Amino acid sequence: MKLNGSQIFVEVLAEQGVDTLFGYPGGAVLNLYDELYRNQDRIHHYMTAHEQGACHAADGYARATGKTGVVLATSGPGATNLVTGIATAFMDSVPLVAFTGNVGTGGLGKDSFQEAYIEGITMPITKHNYTVRHIEDLAEIMREAFRIAQTGRKGPVLVDIPKDISAAVCEFTPRQKVVPEVNQNFDTGALMKCAEVLNEAERPIIYFGGGVVSADAADELRLIMEKADIPATWTLMAKGVLEDEDPLNLGLIGMHGSFASNKAIDGADVVLAVGTRFSDRVALNPAKFARRAKIIQIDIDASEVDKNVSVDCSVIGDAKIVLGALAGMLNDADHSEWRETIQQWQDMDFVPGDSETELKPHQILETICDLAGDDTVYVTDVGQHQMWAAQYLTHVKPRHFLTSGGLGTMGYGYGAAIGAQIALGRQQRVVHLTGDGSFHMNLNEGVTAVSYDLPVITVIFNNQVLGMVRQWQTLLYEKRYSSTDPHRRTDYVKLAEGFGAKGYHCETPAEFRKAFLDALDNEGPSWIECVIDKDEKVLPMIPAGATIEDIILADGMEA
Amino acid sequence: MAEKTYPRSVISILVENHYGVLARIASMFNRRSFNIDSIAASETIDPGITRITITVHCDQNTLKQMLLQTERLEEVRKVFLLSTNSLQRELLLIKIACDSSNLPALRDIAGVYKAKIIDLSPESLVMELTGKPEKIDGFLKMFGNYNVLEMCRTGITALDR
Repeated sequence: MKLNGSQIFVEVLAEQGVDTLFGYPGGAVLNLYDELYRNQDRIHHYMTAHEQGACHAADGYARATGKTGVVLATSGPGATNLVTGIATAFMDSVPLVAFTGNVGTGGLGKDSFQEAYIEGITMPITKHNYTVRHIEDLAEIMREAFRIAQTGRKGPVLVDIPKDISAAVCEFTPRQKVVPEVNQNFDTGALMKCAEVLNEAERPIIYFGGGVVSADAADELRLIMEKADIPATWTLMAKGVLEDEDPLNLGLIGMHGSFASNKAIDGADVVLAVGTRFSDRVALNPAKFARRAKIIQIDIDASEVDKNVSVDCSVIGDAKIVLGALAGMLNDADHSEWRETIQQWQDMDFVPGDSETELKPHQILETICDLAGDDTVYVTDVGQHQMWAAQYLTHVKPRHFLTSGGLGTMGYGYGAAIGAQIALGRQQRVVHLTGDGSFHMNLNEGVTAVSYDLPVITVIFNNQVLGMVRQWQTLLYEKRYSSTDPHRRTDYVKLAEGFGAKGYHCETPAEFRKAFLDALDNEGPSWIECVIDKDEKVLPMIPAGATIEDIILADGMEA
Repeated sequence: MAEKTYPRSVISILVENHYGVLARIASMFNRRSFNIDSIAASETIDPGITRITITVHCDQNTLKQMLLQTERLEEVRKVFLLSTNSLQRELLLIKIACDSSNLPALRDIAGVYKAKIIDLSPESLVMELTGKPEKIDGFLKMFGNYNVLEMCRTGITALDR
């Protein structure tokens, strides 16, 4: 059958199982939006306040469901506004397909109105990208985009569609949905070598990351931990994989990870790294990371081997498949002596002090977990509140902790929370945790939550300052608080009301409890401002480039 | 500037012959701080495939990352390191100021190296030389005392035996 580009666009989306997309209209995508208008029964388009919010929403949708997120923006500024969102998805390996309009093919390269060379701009922050130059290529390019986004190490793909392409007509043949191939292959010999090293270990530890979530390998991981009696520590991208009660769960690793996790990595004789990339927030000093250990690495991306830290043996493959096979090669083991040593480190770990009168970050989070229930999806922004959330949220499930780990995008949270809420339905509890700094970046998305009547609860940790940067200035820059104290006078309650949301202001634990309980019953979005002390710190902390010897375990300690 | 203390490596990349494929590779090399000494690209016998030959000087870890990161790019079909006994050739064009006094000497140099004089005017001549990069380097050393007006090397193009 003969279809025009916009009809093909909608048909391929439907064919690929897309029923939800986020976006913002504009001149270059008028044809596409006209076709979406005719297909509202099949494809639901959610319009945000800003394209960045739409991109984060598609990202949150993808992280919460494991499906591919889809975002649509117009040419020029619409396309460039996606950039931070695409880069965020790229750094955290989130499957995303971004569509942009562009000026007609005849206007490309002429500096036409609202023209941007988005293919060039997004080359280094996408797995791949395309400009569709011939209508005959549109359907296949879209299918390839979905295939690439979901295959192997997942990530964003951008498809730029010039305006004349969206109107041009060609023959269209429907196809089946692209089913991403899971690579079943791995080097058995190499894995046997890894198993041998693990079987001989006396002080083994598993260090894992987002790859375990992405490959849905939590069961296989737990099996290995139990069978071979190996404690595990995880990165920010893998919160929720292990249960809090699991005695083998050592908690977060890295700059703000637990003392025990960082000591255990330092003291281990064998480290099994799974779906993780030895980032500079974990391997703070790559030359000294796990310095006493033989390191085994399992990853889907061969380029991650020896990239930041040299490893002793590695297996390239899907974490679920490889861990499943590894479990069968491991001996039952008892590392009780090693676990006792780790227990001693756990007893020495940082414990925050409670208060009954002031709002303390960890107590706010404990109250949220208590009131919101175990099935809650948490979405964070970036900064101190993000680290506190990683440290103190309990009973979080896999895919229920959405955060910008690699790029560290302040302003990620609200869009992502909206995307997660739309993906999972309004009966799903979604709590957006943010700081006053991050929230000011994209709080405009409050209007989106109001428009679609989404019950996202936003909890703002308001310390009046850019807390994380200020913490570094306190510890490393002799308290020269350059541009971290903006003296904002935002009235969050009035601002929420101005948008059509419900706002709360809390200064005590009792006020917060009451506000949160009230917010749980709201039909639409709620903002809860929590006033906290500007000197609250995220602890423990190992400064950038340092080692476990330099860990700061108590407020007032020097870096 | 390349670290000349490391040996030269020649990477051959077969890519899909699409718009912007060279830009993708160059962009990735720049992003990862991989330095390119020379780059040459041309169609292969299959018009859908382009061969890109990149010459670098770097340590083994960086070289391994270069190969793996290049392999990740969607349009890359194959990446490999050319062995030390691969066939490596470069083309040089060099324009040298000359007059009747030094022309015979220049002709002698050209004769020894089997370079062709492809243009001659009263003020200058242009020589063309094809050969292994070491031969080109050696040839260029002959012109220390001459006035080299312009020169251009293609960069290495190479095939395994």
